[in-house]
Amino acid sequence: MDPLIGALVGAPLLGAGILLVGGRRLDRTGHWIGCLWAAVSFVIGVVLFADLLSRSPAQRTLTSHLFTWVPVAGFQADVGFQLDQLSMTFVLLITGVGTLIHIYSVGYMEHDENRRKFFGYLNLFLAAMLLLVLADNYLLLYVGWEGVGLASYLLIGFWQHKPSAATAAKKAFLVNRVGDMGLSIAIMVMFTTFGSFAFRPVFAHVGDVSQGRLTTIGLLLLLAACGKSAQVPLQSWLGDAMEGPTPVSALIHAATMVTAGVYLVVRSGAIFNAAPTAQLAVCVVGAVTLVFGAIVGCAKDDIKKALAGSTMSQIGYMMLAAGLGPIGYVFAIMHLVTHGFFKAGLFLGAGSVMHGMNDEVDMRRFGALRTYMPVTFVTFGLGYLAIIGFPGLSGYWSKDKIIEAAFAKGGTEGWTLGAVALVGAGITAFYMTRVMLMTFFGDKRWQPDAEGHEPHPHESPKIMTIPMSILAFGSVFAGGLFSINSAFLKWLQPVTGHSDGHSPVATWEITVATLVVLILGVGLAWQSYGRQAVPAVAPRGSLLTRAARRDLLQDDFNHVVLVRGGEHLTRSLVYLDHTVVDGAVNGTAAGVGGLSGRLRRLQNGFVRSYAVSMLGGTAVLVAATLLMRGV
Amino acid sequence: MSFPLLTVTAVVPAAGAVVTAAVPAARRTAAKWTALAFALATLVLAAVVTARFSPGGARYQLTESHAWITAFGVRYELGVDGIAVVLVLLTAVLVPFVMLAGWHDADPLETSDRRWRPTQGFFALILLVEAMVVIAFESTDVFLFYVFFEAMLIPMYFLIGGFGDQAGAHGEDEQARQRSYAAVKFLLYNLVGGLVMLAAVIGLYAVTAHQLGAGTFSLPQILHDRANGTLTLSTTAERWIFLGFFFAFAVKAPLWPLHTWLPNAMGESTAPVAVLITAVVDKVGTFAMLRYCLQLFPAASKWATPVILVLAVIGIIYGALLAVGQRDIKRLIAYASISHFGFIILGIFAMTSQGQSGATLYMVNHGVSTAALLLVAGFLISRRGSRRIADFGGVQKVAPLLAGTFLVGGLATLSLPGLGPFVSEFLVLVGTFTRYPALGVIATLGIVLAALYVLVLYQRTMTGPVKAGIEGMKDLKVRELVVVAPLIALLLFLGVYPKPVTDVINPAVKDTLSDVHRTDPPPKVTVPAVAAAKENAK
Repeated sequence: MDPLIGALVGAPLLGAGILLVGGRRLDRTGHWIGCLWAAVSFVIGVVLFADLLSRSPAQRTLTSHLFTWVPVAGFQADVGFQLDQLSMTFVLLITGVGTLIHIYSVGYMEHDENRRKFFGYLNLFLAAMLLLVLADNYLLLYVGWEGVGLASYLLIGFWQHKPSAATAAKKAFLVNRVGDMGLSIAIMVMFTTFGSFAFRPVFAHVGDVSQGRLTTIGLLLLLAACGKSAQVPLQSWLGDAMEGPTPVSALIHAATMVTAGVYLVVRSGAIFNAAPTAQLAVCVVGAVTLVFGAIVGCAKDDIKKALAGSTMSQIGYMMLAAGLGPIGYVFAIMHLVTHGFFKAGLFLGAGSVMHGMNDEVDMRRFGALRTYMPVTFVTFGLGYLAIIGFPGLSGYWSKDKIIEAAFAKGGTEGWTLGAVALVGAGITAFYMTRVMLMTFFGDKRWQPDAEGHEPHPHESPKIMTIPMSILAFGSVFAGGLFSINSAFLKWLQPVTGHSDGHSPVATWEITVATLVVLILGVGLAWQSYGRQAVPAVAPRGSLLTRAARRDLLQDDFNHVVLVRGGEHLTRSLVYLDHTVVDGAVNGTAAGVGGLSGRLRRLQNGFVRSYAVSMLGGTAVLVAATLLMRGV
Repeated sequence: MSFPLLTVTAVVPAAGAVVTAAVPAARRTAAKWTALAFALATLVLAAVVTARFSPGGARYQLTESHAWITAFGVRYELGVDGIAVVLVLLTAVLVPFVMLAGWHDADPLETSDRRWRPTQGFFALILLVEAMVVIAFESTDVFLFYVFFEAMLIPMYFLIGGFGDQAGAHGEDEQARQRSYAAVKFLLYNLVGGLVMLAAVIGLYAVTAHQLGAGTFSLPQILHDRANGTLTLSTTAERWIFLGFFFAFAVKAPLWPLHTWLPNAMGESTAPVAVLITAVVDKVGTFAMLRYCLQLFPAASKWATPVILVLAVIGIIYGALLAVGQRDIKRLIAYASISHFGFIILGIFAMTSQGQSGATLYMVNHGVSTAALLLVAGFLISRRGSRRIADFGGVQKVAPLLAGTFLVGGLATLSLPGLGPFVSEFLVLVGTFTRYPALGVIATLGIVLAALYVLVLYQRTMTGPVKAGIEGMKDLKVRELVVVAPLIALLLFLGVYPKPVTDVINPAVKDTLSDVHRTDPPPKVTVPAVAAAKENAK
């Protein structure tokens, strides 16, 4: 079985290689080749899953050492894999949802002349993400980590002729690199501390190290997680990333990329458990982001950007849970999986709407689409119910558990985090209902596109609706299935550990409270967007709304401080280099032997310059010889 | 006497230079093929050298030793350690690509025929540079090294000054003037460095002559005599001589603030010549720091380390920031190189196994990745007739292959995992961090800045709407693909499986570290790393 682990990564990697090197001759079949390799990876995943299930819970860790990668003295980096319950969960999510997105893209990208390349990049994305979750050491994880960054760069900027897409891609990569810096420094600290950065030896010796050091490592890992998972303060790339084709958004938001940060924190649980300060920081980042993303989600009129805000917010929930330690790890991952279903479904649904509406994304120009796109409406609607936590659907099971766990942290911290998570659930209900109402209900507010084509909304082809239906199925049932007999908890517990904590609030009280805020959120949205007609042009809005439309001004801050400031810095340095540094060095040279000022005026006189410099050199020589005399 | 393999490896390209220069003026194509054949022969020889070298064997292998100038104890002594082997191989690998990429760079212009047999000259000079670089890597006699360290300036001067690209913004005459300025600046900087070194070389001779009776320049002998105590350097003497050597190498490498000749030289010369400068010739500087500064003057090296490390880190950040601010493609790459040379020097003087192995590997990776990026940039520049970034835009639409390979070169430059430079950069960073955490962290900032200058360059030139002057740009030709594809394959190989290279380098680094009496700082937790690795492999 063990060699199969490498094949999990190898299959999509091979697919990417074939598609990108194969060139134009594969244009007609490329998309199917891409789907094939994604599906192969999924099948291998299922086989390995069956194998794991056949073992006893304690024996469910498989390893596979491929080769020694970088051996330099004590620094031993290997290419080795580790498959346990945590990795397995990710593998199934990545390859399963990933394959569905591949299939959907066959239809969505049908008219794109670069479809083959697109599938090559999709395959690369899967391979990188699989490497990330299967690596048995942090350095190899880092390879997958940056590989994900590369794949997202290529996909977000897929329509490179659009300057906005190119800018968004660059921004995503750069912001991610800031996070990556955290991961690379974390690896260096691990190496100086443990002499290793492989999971096993590091986790085994956590007890021998001071808490301060572990906190440092934890905070550095958190920085990395913030970049990849779009958490405050490194969240700014996620909204712009909507410039990519919609299936890319589904892939980034559901199956890959943004989940990586959560994986990193949960995987490093041994370190975080021993570093409470770092854990608290994770919770705070998660809580802040879950509110931040939700507020942004309320204000956006672009359907994809509203969903992007939602992703940020939902990942915030996961981070919050992960920061809680053993009380929360399992639920963080469970929410990650259910979110994978409904968020992928929502994005593919949004793509399907755009497909039928001449690529329009402004929800103020949608309305009344439910009768025109029934399948999209139903699947999107089920995703909607799941994400707001409608009782019985997937989101209900996983989100409620996180809220409960937050309260169970205890003390002021527990109350605060719990309250934030609860309020977040209300805002979620509000903005998602808003999206639903503006898109599928109300009046038709359709507008002709830039070239004057009237939209003729129509249902998308089967190749798109079938993946959407499967995801909707998961959105409805996954959470419930996981919760039967605490199956998911029992599955993950051997890896992540689990403790119930002592909630100061009873479970039923939380359930009731959640339902109340849910109804409040839905009701408020109905009041604003259901009972009243949606204006086709956005009203001015309150100060908060306007700030939220601009992503709470974070981009403006970045622009003023980092972009403008950076430009000034580099420009002054260019000037400095030309005048001061160059001048000083030339001037020093001049001082030595009368080269003075000639450097600039020397024309073609090779011989002359040689002579002049010989003179200078001789002076140095004489000086040096004099100094040497005493030797 | 055994077969003088090392000598032959240097003599073949030198002979090639003579033969190429002798090809009749009218037969340009024949001259090119002749030169390429000699470069490939050199590559075969370098491969044989690599194969014959056994890592973990004697420190210097394939040695040759003959008396040369007996009056001054100068010997013709050659020998390679693991570091020299990989650099000789790098040089031999890159030169054929440089030639292929510059295949038409020295063709006579239709508008003028001012130059005397430029084609033959161009290719002969490249071979001559190769010969001198190879022998500089191979020599174990300080004086012999010095002679070729200096002599290679002359062919380089003519390559920079005589063969600019036709991409100046201000017309033919202004361009010739700029080029001439760049060439002279290159020459003067390096000559001054070299002359300072000459003083130090003479100083070293004086010391050996005084103490041993007969002066010597032989590196193995000096090391031997210092080890057994027959030769001792006073602290002052060692420091002064060290500074003389280091100054020359720091100019060549180049280290901040002695870097300002490089952007001029790389900007004004053709892309292949720029590759020759930064990927091949400059490596002699960093190589010499490892071989001569550390081995001959261990105490002085340690004494100077703090200053050098700070300069190196300044160079990393400064070079990257300046790259961000450039408007000229080749100058941007030049500043990126300055940043990368900062990494190499940082790795060397961090004096850890990871730092020095990383630095050596970095020399290899930087050579290959810069060659890939710069040569594609050259193809781009020659198509448009401009080096200004603002003159490009939307290239990926008309020439996707060119844009794609440019991106791969760029990704290598920003050290993306999976490509060679990542491995070496990470090793340097780790090696620095274990001893100097603060410097390691600051240097890590360089990876963010590298992403910035590479991606901004790509965005401005390749993406967006197709600009005027770009429409109808031809994609890569077969010859150009033959240049780029193997370099990319090499980058992938070095990124995924660098072990064969590190296996050759590591023993040499171990020797160097024991020369300077440094051992790696142990981890805080006493888990023996090897045991940890085994534990993990279980």
